[in-house]
Amino acid sequence: MADLSSTRRTRARRTLIFAAFLVALALLYTGYKAFGQAIDDSQRDWWVVGSFLPRSDDKNMPPVLDILAEFGEAPREGGTTIGRLTLDGALFTLREAAVGFAAGTIIGLAIAVVLLQSRRAERGVLPYVIASQTVPLIAIAPIVVVWGRTGLEFLPWEWQDWMSVSLIATYLTFFPVAVNGLRGLQSPSPEATELMQSYAASRRQILRRLQLPASLPFLFPALRIAATASVVGAIVGEISAGVRGGLGRLILDFAGKYITGPERLYVAIIGACITGLVAVGVVAAAERLLLARRGIVAQ
Amino acid sequence: MAQDLVLEIAGLEKTFNPGRSNAVTAISDLYLAVRPREFVSIIGPSGCGKSTLLRLVGGLIEPTAGELSVNGRSAQEARLGRDYGMVFQAAGLLDWRTAIRNVELPLELMGWSKLRRRKRAKEMLELVDLGGFASHYPAELSGGMQQRVSIARALSFEPSLLLMDEPFGALDEMTREYMQTELLKIWRETATTVIFITHSIPEAVFLSTRVAVMSPRPARIAAELPIDLPERTPQTRDTEEFFRDVSLVRRTLRSVEGQ
Repeated sequence: MADLSSTRRTRARRTLIFAAFLVALALLYTGYKAFGQAIDDSQRDWWVVGSFLPRSDDKNMPPVLDILAEFGEAPREGGTTIGRLTLDGALFTLREAAVGFAAGTIIGLAIAVVLLQSRRAERGVLPYVIASQTVPLIAIAPIVVVWGRTGLEFLPWEWQDWMSVSLIATYLTFFPVAVNGLRGLQSPSPEATELMQSYAASRRQILRRLQLPASLPFLFPALRIAATASVVGAIVGEISAGVRGGLGRLILDFAGKYITGPERLYVAIIGACITGLVAVGVVAAAERLLLARRGIVAQ
Repeated sequence: MAQDLVLEIAGLEKTFNPGRSNAVTAISDLYLAVRPREFVSIIGPSGCGKSTLLRLVGGLIEPTAGELSVNGRSAQEARLGRDYGMVFQAAGLLDWRTAIRNVELPLELMGWSKLRRRKRAKEMLELVDLGGFASHYPAELSGGMQQRVSIARALSFEPSLLLMDEPFGALDEMTREYMQTELLKIWRETATTVIFITHSIPEAVFLSTRVAVMSPRPARIAAELPIDLPERTPQTRDTEEFFRDVSLVRRTLRSVEGQ
């Protein structure tokens, strides 16, 4: 059992490693930038390397410090800074992703519980669940948005465009949850189920006390994948459906102005990465909370 | 059926996949009667259907033919009436629950209040000498300790019949002998009826008031040997009587297998 001080020490070490990683990444970036620049400046091929390694300039690889400075820049004099725009966009996208993630988790678990009931249902339905993921997301995103705009009367709230994006995130999220959830629900040994039956446990009791808790170690890896997928799905959904307010739109705007200010796009990309990390971080925290009490130290 | 029997089996038959080309008759024409407070071991060649018999008695699978009654009820009724405590070779503890919460599980399903089940679970853990390990997780317990928690769990709701399927099969010899002594102590203290499946002859002799020898598939009870040891302590294993009974069971088993 880890005592408090050693937990704190581990945490401090992890933060340090992460900081070192960021610094290394920045150094690698700067190093290659200088190298690519040198190839470009020399105006001739450096041995063989120069012939296949991409050259670099301030357009395609803006200096790290310029990117960092861009966070504080405002596109219009006295207006909102790029950093602020990115933060607002990230929060907007994160909300879409969170709603999609929650809905996808519920739907995925529901599918897993239904498929658990019979082998025949599993064999009959699972292939369709898998096939659902072959539909190209970029193609269906605009369809979903247009569909949402037709006015869904049966819902208590007015349908917003961001909900369509959440729906796209849901579509990406439910799949890993359903597949891994089912495996997790099936993970208890036949003896464990027989024991529950010997206590005259009902099906629902077996599900709640045995199968659901047993599925958690299988579920969390899927939830981590689902967390990143929901953010990526939300961004892609925003871009292809033309929904304003989130990171997707921001990336599209900044990409359009890449020639005049490439740093902005980098800021948006960093923003998207952090958003994904936050999503995974929340899932990991929940995992630690739920699984650390099992005597096996969750990693 | 006689009321003073805990278990009465007559002409029991179990065929898996009946009517198909891969049909297997695991048990056929099996008779067995167990009186209250008996300790009956069932021994037989591996794969002879011992575990199938236990699952039939426990109402986990349905017999193809024959009669099986537990306290005058069908196995299904008995299972739903919580007449059974079951212990398998794998302790089968829920690894996300502490030892005491594992023992509480059946009581929880039966709707006992938290206070009442906590009290009972504590008593049960003390009965298996694990009073100090209540808040340990299964991963922190040895194999023998896990199996003792499993026994405490099976006995927590005072079932009339304890069904054990090679419960000590995965333990080392020393732990195994220790567990046997413990089990006898628990059996005496709780006055439970035990049906114990094993493939260890000394284990069967040491524990039982009666050893039922099963024939190879399709299995039936080929012989029943009463065991009458004057006392059962760790020293009993070195006595004349013990050796005599062990060799009697061994010879019976051999003759049954040779048939």
